[in-house]
Amino acid sequence: MVTKLMNWFDDRLPLTATIERHLTKYPAPINMNIWYLAGVLLVVVLVIQLASGIWLLMNYEPTAEGAFASIQYIMRDVQYGYIIRYMHTTGASAFFALIFLHMFRGMMYGSYQKPRELLWVLGWITYLLLCMLGFTGYVLPWGQMSFWAAQVIMSLFGSIPYIGEDLLTWIRGDYLISGITLTRLFAFHVVLLPLALIAVVFVHILALHEVGSNNPDGVDVKKFKDEDGVPLDTKPFFPYDITHDLYAIGVFLIFFVAIMFFYPDGGGYVIEYVNYEAADNLKTPEHIVPSWYYTPYYAMLRAITFPVLGLSAKFLGFVVMAAGIAIFVALPWLDRSPVKSIKYKGFYSKFFLTLFVISFFVLGYLGSVASTPLGTLLAQFFTVTYFSYFLLMPIYTKYETCKPVPDRIQLS
Amino acid sequence: MRNISLSIVILGVGLLASNLSAAGGAACGNYLSEDGLTKGECDKAYVDATDKPSLQRGAQIYMNYCLGCHSLKYARYKKVSEDLEIPLDMFKDNLIFGDQKMGDLIQVGMDPKEAKEWFGNTPPDLTLEAGLRGPDWVYTYLKSFYIDESRPLGVNNKVYENVGMPHVLVDLQGTPQSVCRQVSFVAENGGIRQDPLTGERLTQEQCGFLEVEAGTGQLNPEEFDEAMLDLTNFLAYMTDPMKTERESIGTYTLLYLFIFTMLSYLLYREFKKDLH
Repeated sequence: MVTKLMNWFDDRLPLTATIERHLTKYPAPINMNIWYLAGVLLVVVLVIQLASGIWLLMNYEPTAEGAFASIQYIMRDVQYGYIIRYMHTTGASAFFALIFLHMFRGMMYGSYQKPRELLWVLGWITYLLLCMLGFTGYVLPWGQMSFWAAQVIMSLFGSIPYIGEDLLTWIRGDYLISGITLTRLFAFHVVLLPLALIAVVFVHILALHEVGSNNPDGVDVKKFKDEDGVPLDTKPFFPYDITHDLYAIGVFLIFFVAIMFFYPDGGGYVIEYVNYEAADNLKTPEHIVPSWYYTPYYAMLRAITFPVLGLSAKFLGFVVMAAGIAIFVALPWLDRSPVKSIKYKGFYSKFFLTLFVISFFVLGYLGSVASTPLGTLLAQFFTVTYFSYFLLMPIYTKYETCKPVPDRIQLS
Repeated sequence: MRNISLSIVILGVGLLASNLSAAGGAACGNYLSEDGLTKGECDKAYVDATDKPSLQRGAQIYMNYCLGCHSLKYARYKKVSEDLEIPLDMFKDNLIFGDQKMGDLIQVGMDPKEAKEWFGNTPPDLTLEAGLRGPDWVYTYLKSFYIDESRPLGVNNKVYENVGMPHVLVDLQGTPQSVCRQVSFVAENGGIRQDPLTGERLTQEQCGFLEVEAGTGQLNPEEFDEAMLDLTNFLAYMTDPMKTERESIGTYTLLYLFIFTMLSYLLYREFKKDLH
């Protein structure tokens, strides 16, 4: 019966072939480690966000007058509404935590190198979309921090020379942040950006299955195949990876649920305390702090305190911040190393990658606290070290001595 | 390398987490601690969402003293009565004023425009106040009113300098004055300065302590502190009314996930045997 049904479908759609290619028979290298879990967990979080988002949408009111109250309505009067909302807020933070780990994994094992350049670029686009989703979603509750974060971020466009002011008005749809701005961000957040995200993630996975997964050794598993053409150092996704992933998803959900039910504010990081107050355009909060996942870039923005060649410090800060996010896309072409994995790269690659991680965290910390003269100085220093990882890469990867890479995966 | 990078990540997350306390709660202005050693630090409010009698007393104080000006406009009477286990009839008779219904949101009758004229500002809604400022702040603020004839309403507050709010709880507390006291010199290392000859403690005058004139209030200082803790507890409940339900569902969800994860681990272990 089932076979007959499958045959009926297979005659009309490459169903079995697709399932085998992308799921059951997908060959995964045998030495994948814990860093390779972030990808599957990101898919889990994507599903959580889509599902909880749809249910939030059923009771959210996208108007300047009603938005804040409708969130409280969801929290108090909608049955289990608070679970749905906390799922979405915790999911937003989890999304960024995981994508940072996922990107770092790629940087560590050289997963962006040939032939995975396009895969990396597609992943970078999902990161951009996530940044936009995070920002637009953050404005929707229309609390004080929503409003003033929108004010600060949007005003950056106003710093662009010549066209800035007009562009800013065009983006806001008004002369100041208002209900009109809220509704357009709402439309982006619930329709345009999720659609784009799903599409790009889909293509990202297609591209992954075309070129195959990289692995911690960075060796090409396709060099040695058995008589059926299956790479020797791989295992089929089903049942080996799926059981592995299921276990990982369980562990992840334990942490996720613990935050969601017992620590939903996340100490002010998942939901900021200032957002307990409805938006008020006459009252500026003492410190305007973005969500934790933007703080490294916020620190870069504030680090630029001096104008250059008639360009304002604010505009230059905006450029540096944007460059900090954009520069990831150039990695495949910046890396001149003959080897992929950090395991076989030389001292300088290890040094600069460590420096990058330290810079990222220090900037993240600096972006979350009120600015001080020492803080600004540190932010300037670590902005330079952050970029040095990327900009010096063509030099240090070309001239350092690497260790020899084995032909096949070595399991210890 | 894997271990090094993992530990860097953990270190970084720790660095961010260490900043957690800085993110929450507001500092307490000019509030002086009982021993005169710290200024601007809030007293700790030990709120407990499961202490129903305390929440009931807090609701009673709120409805009688606060609701005249401060709405709880995101909450409904009915849910408060259910959550606090106050019988419906008793709630209707004693805690609802005017012709409001049990299913209504808790609003005030006062016109916001007139209120702004009277107090200089519209009294804020307090549904989410304990979330915005933290329970410690609310508790300390409530205890920090004092007589100050220079202010339009004759009172000021140590935590919120030049606040527009009158001391509505003066009946309960009595008249609090800001006074000066002789206190010991305390060095940063905790040492107390003494006279080198006699060994007596040297003192200095410090101002800003709060003292209530005895016999002016219905409650003695301990009872008043207790009452303010109840009120703070009620406001903390207001911000997060689902806390008890949430944590109970959370416990079951975690239990389920532990079992699920354990079984999935066993499954994973079985299949892993094939690979080596």
